[in-house]
Amino acid sequence: MIKTVAAVELPVDEILQIRKKRIEPKQGNTGKRISIVTGIHGDELEGQYVCHQVIRRIESEINNLTGIVDVYPAMNPLGIDSVTRGIPGFDLDMNRIFPGNSDGTMTEYIASEIIRDLEGSDLCIDIHASNIYLTEIPQIRINELHQDKLLSLAKYLNVDLVWIHSNATVLESTLAYSLNSRNTPTLVVEMGVGMRITKEYGDQLTEGILQVMKELGMWKGAAGPVRRPMISRAVDEVEFVNAPKAGIFVQTASHGQYLHRGEEIGQIIDPLEGKVRARIRSEAGGVLFTIREYPVVDEGSLIARILKREEPYVPAL
Amino acid sequence: MTKEILYKIDSLYRDQFRVTGYTFGEGEKALCVVGSIRGNEIQQIYTCAHLIRTLKKLEEEGKIVPGKQILVIPSCNPYSMNIEKRFWPTDNTDINRMFPGYDMGETTQRIAAGIFDRVKDYANGIQLASFYMPGEFMPHVRMMQTGFENIELAKEFGLPYVVRRHTRPYDTTTLNYNWQIWETNAFSLYTTGTDHIDREGAQLGLEAILSFMTRRGMLKDGFVNRLESQVVEDVDLVTARAGKAGIFERYVRTGQTVQKGQLLACILSPYDGEALEEIMAPVKGTVFFASDQPLTYSSTAVFKLIP
Repeated sequence: MIKTVAAVELPVDEILQIRKKRIEPKQGNTGKRISIVTGIHGDELEGQYVCHQVIRRIESEINNLTGIVDVYPAMNPLGIDSVTRGIPGFDLDMNRIFPGNSDGTMTEYIASEIIRDLEGSDLCIDIHASNIYLTEIPQIRINELHQDKLLSLAKYLNVDLVWIHSNATVLESTLAYSLNSRNTPTLVVEMGVGMRITKEYGDQLTEGILQVMKELGMWKGAAGPVRRPMISRAVDEVEFVNAPKAGIFVQTASHGQYLHRGEEIGQIIDPLEGKVRARIRSEAGGVLFTIREYPVVDEGSLIARILKREEPYVPAL
Repeated sequence: MTKEILYKIDSLYRDQFRVTGYTFGEGEKALCVVGSIRGNEIQQIYTCAHLIRTLKKLEEEGKIVPGKQILVIPSCNPYSMNIEKRFWPTDNTDINRMFPGYDMGETTQRIAAGIFDRVKDYANGIQLASFYMPGEFMPHVRMMQTGFENIELAKEFGLPYVVRRHTRPYDTTTLNYNWQIWETNAFSLYTTGTDHIDREGAQLGLEAILSFMTRRGMLKDGFVNRLESQVVEDVDLVTARAGKAGIFERYVRTGQTVQKGQLLACILSPYDGEALEEIMAPVKGTVFFASDQPLTYSSTAVFKLIP
């Protein structure tokens, strides 16, 4: 069943609708509800494939469903349609306007209707795809304030990393923060890269979503085994590597690989002079979980993030 | 006056990115004025340019009180302005959402940190701000409610209104908010317009700053606005909203007094011109903000009134 969560008129002969698909069990409804959300940023498309796969898998075994599944594939339909990260016409990052305001502007009104609709879910999963600049291994990001409730659920989602952020770095105007502070457990997934679909990652997360539904007692069907993720709890466990100079970044290390201290990640080159402006090396041993995708860098542009570890990560099932 | 590069970074193909400051007087760090932070803040850089020209003249005339230092930064973001982009060219981030900044972080965090390091020790800070809603505002000074704000000081600009803004989560990374946390009296000065030149508005802004400087003992025999400012809480502003989307036909201007029930605007069908909605004044009051967009979305605030 397709339902409209929020609808507003646009000036010239068009209605903007935020829609969701609701899948209800045929029998034995436990009253549990999971919400799968994506497309808050119009240039992040990895979640599109996941939404499709989750619906397909559940509907093919509908008799095994014992709870409600709500899938919201496009929180920012105008952005997705116009290859725009924010909300076109407003130059606004949609993930900076939650919890919204029912008496506010059009965008604040939409945000408040979205929160109203999602609130009360037993679990909400907000799927992001980094941005066009960085590629991420499948990971979940959790605010330390909410880790007690979320970490136990995150482990079932079949990701490679759970990154617990300090509260200071978490933005209060995100969907996840707003929902978690309203006691609706919300996990933020980051994986892949903007403007692309990484099918392998999508398949991996799909199994995780089915597995977490099992854990919540709302799915009796098939779900693949899940990986045991790396967990980062302390601030100093993650090394951030920023560009020391402007230039063109050329990657030499592989995404997800183990780096020894001093190992090269890539080079910043100067195509005008034919020189290497900087060699980028890891200052610690660890797993390269974020890597620069977009080659043009300014001084300060993020090049990589490394989870410091003694040994490589082998996804154990 | 001394001109100094406050922060710089090199680019691969563009000229060096430079944030330039102009310092007047010597001694106690009395006032810092920041012009444009976003690339579309033309009115803000224009107003700052006039301020620098004026202060240069006043300094030559010996009118700057000895022991007071004033720093003016006309633009924190020439790169974006030069290519008519609002935010940072490479990654579209907003420098005014990066304060207090981080010198080891990403590019705009570094820029914010570099600027903040130079402006944070001033006793008073004025940002020539722009609003995210496109439209006309009554000139006013805005302070954020952080617990450190001193509204009485804001009256010294002599503008018709002082607005106290109740802080929202996304405010905490702005220059104004962080200035206050670092114990600077921080003011956002709104004249009219953003991406176009408004000479009258710029003059008003300039006079407001000079008035503040005179009253705070930075200028001798300076200009003083004698107007008594009215303090308005932002939550007390009454919004008139477009319920329908369409062509926005407006009948009143900012500053105008309107009666309750007075017709403020019509929303017209863009296809046949039929009136889809008449927007009436919800209260008697003064028009503080009026949208200037030809088309409007539904559920959009198109007027704000001071009751």
